[in-house]
Amino acid sequence: MTQVFLGMPAPGHGNLFEEEPFPQAAHRELGNTQMRKNLRHATHTIRDKRLKVVGELPDWDDLRDSGSAIKNNAMANIEELLLQFEKNFTARGGIVHWARDASEANKIVTELVKATGSTEVVKVKSMATQEIGLNEHLETEGIEAFETDLAELIVQLGHDKPSHILVPAIHKNRTQVRDIFLKEMPGVDPTLTDEPAKLAEAARSHLRRKFLASKVAISGANFALADTGTLGVVESEGNGRMCLTLPETLITVMGIEKVLPQWEDLEVFMQLLPRSSTGERMNPYTSLWTGVTEDDGPQNVHIVLLDNGRTRALSDRFGRTALNCIRCSACMNVCPVYERTGGHAYGSTYPGPIGAILSPLMTGIEAEDNGSLPYASSLCGACYDACPVKINIPEILVHLRGEDVDAKRETHKLPTQMDLLMKGGSWALGKGKNIGLLEKALPLGRLMAGKDKKIKKLPGIAAGWTQSRDVPAPPNKSFRDWWSDEKESK
Amino acid sequence: MRIALFATCIVDAMYPETAKSTVKILERLGHEVVFPKAQACCGQMHINSGYMPEALPVVENHINAFDTDDYDVAVAPSGSCVASVKHQHPRLAERLGKPELKERAVAVGKRTYELSQLLVDVLGITDAAQQLGSYLPETITYHPSCHGMRSLQLGDRQLDLLKTVGGINVEVLPEADQCCGFGGTFSIKNADVSSAMLDDKVKNICSTGASACAGGDASCLMHIGGGLSRTGAKPKTLHLADILASTMEETVTL
Repeated sequence: MTQVFLGMPAPGHGNLFEEEPFPQAAHRELGNTQMRKNLRHATHTIRDKRLKVVGELPDWDDLRDSGSAIKNNAMANIEELLLQFEKNFTARGGIVHWARDASEANKIVTELVKATGSTEVVKVKSMATQEIGLNEHLETEGIEAFETDLAELIVQLGHDKPSHILVPAIHKNRTQVRDIFLKEMPGVDPTLTDEPAKLAEAARSHLRRKFLASKVAISGANFALADTGTLGVVESEGNGRMCLTLPETLITVMGIEKVLPQWEDLEVFMQLLPRSSTGERMNPYTSLWTGVTEDDGPQNVHIVLLDNGRTRALSDRFGRTALNCIRCSACMNVCPVYERTGGHAYGSTYPGPIGAILSPLMTGIEAEDNGSLPYASSLCGACYDACPVKINIPEILVHLRGEDVDAKRETHKLPTQMDLLMKGGSWALGKGKNIGLLEKALPLGRLMAGKDKKIKKLPGIAAGWTQSRDVPAPPNKSFRDWWSDEKESK
Repeated sequence: MRIALFATCIVDAMYPETAKSTVKILERLGHEVVFPKAQACCGQMHINSGYMPEALPVVENHINAFDTDDYDVAVAPSGSCVASVKHQHPRLAERLGKPELKERAVAVGKRTYELSQLLVDVLGITDAAQQLGSYLPETITYHPSCHGMRSLQLGDRQLDLLKTVGGINVEVLPEADQCCGFGGTFSIKNADVSSAMLDDKVKNICSTGASACAGGDASCLMHIGGGLSRTGAKPKTLHLADILASTMEETVTL
């Protein structure tokens, strides 16, 4: 069979899709008042913390520029950097695997685990493995994966889905967490209260047994340094450090965009990442490892380099900077839409503003309901302001709206009323004299208003506006006409 | 100075008083105001809705209307429309492969100012009561619209001008930097989320006890005003230009 290059790199798959139109998902999630309270509390707390620690650095904006420049450079040279990383990682005793997509990555990891003879693995919190649905895949292969990050554990025990990339259980409060532990955690103290220290203690004793017994750990990585072949994980709890050091076999699944040219680049990212994600000056645990160290730590060290739609995103010249994302979650913490709908409304592993651009860029705007994601924003720009690597998320959202309309135009799937409004608007607003002509009808609009000079109900798609807002009666005369009458005639 | 007024479509059609106020303020300072009649709209609604080819004639029309030597600077009583002219127009031209249009768009963008930008940065206004005769004996609060605040980095320009209006009392709006939920067609396409955002904005405005919420964007004010009106809340909305144009002799009514 000959392979034909079709021009567009393959789309990713896995948990990267909006499964229903965003407005529909949002409508349902908005009805969950407990979740909205939890989210409001959590996002506002973390916003304040972030602003405080970011404000301490006089060169914060310069750091963001540096982060952005380093990432742009890395993405422009990704091929060379990955090969350099492979060479150095291999030279230090590590084994590199390449996965085109989710299913290849799942297959590679399964085979590696099976080769150890183990049927249990412990996991470090990882977005890449969420993205490819690794736990679910391992389960079908008879391998049990235990999440060791506290919030991931809560999600896993609760048979739930993560709703945030840093704090996957952000939609739950501590009383709900206690209830999950009581119901699902083997050997839990039945008198467990919802005190944070008690909850942490319960998780700690549950996990300690797993850490000591497991022979295989699976992690993600925050960085891969090409010049040394080093991998890095940044975390808060220390569970990651346990997984990275205790087992015999360590398998890391990492998106290819995580590669950085050199060790010195950490200087910038270790200032940007903790401050942007948890609002801390420095995170408690930073683990860096380079291949195998004899008689110390895991002796079988693997990395699966995952594409899964990343080269597809890279091929979009207006969208590729989305790959610069360092998964800090600042954008979702400041987003007024995310704050109200929560992460589940976005369908994908990646929620919030960054998810609304990453999911369609990686899998295609036409895939499932991904086309509704770029509209899940008022374009207020809070995400762009907060982004430590200055990804212009609003600009990419608008770009993807254009892609969505173009794709739907081709398949004649554009909603009729919106299409008519836009085409009519293009004519009306395309010439001063056209809008002037329409404005002559303003007094007619006044007929729609009641005695209080307010319009309470609009027809068609505009009914969305009048569900919660009145419209003032239009004026008798436009400014344009007033200008002609008052200024030009004098 | 010869100043071209970019009225913006929403002010032209729905809030003509705000455009008149802008003219008044500038004439009071001794400047000549012109109104390029070919202007219509910045095209933001089309661009933000993803209708790029349909946006092109609108954007081209704006650039043709303002790419002239007939004025020194252009001004609009809107942060959002100015941000569109400055940032979205060159980007659209690039997307649609029109380098010459992009160049002209950049040139027009450079000469286009939001009202407070022009007043503070170019015309040196630091005291509205002293220099403009602005007067409004009311307690107001102020919502900084997102595009002015973030895309144009207006900082406290609008708020500082409001604070120096004679007789005024400005109360701080809690969570002022939060979007009101308008977002153009976002308010229709995602009406539920938009309404939830508006709900919080309305509550915060009411908590200040102000009789009006001021702002620099007529579209956001129409959204906020629509929410205030629907909930039967007392506060009204007032555009920055209408407050600055208000004087002791001719005081704007709420």
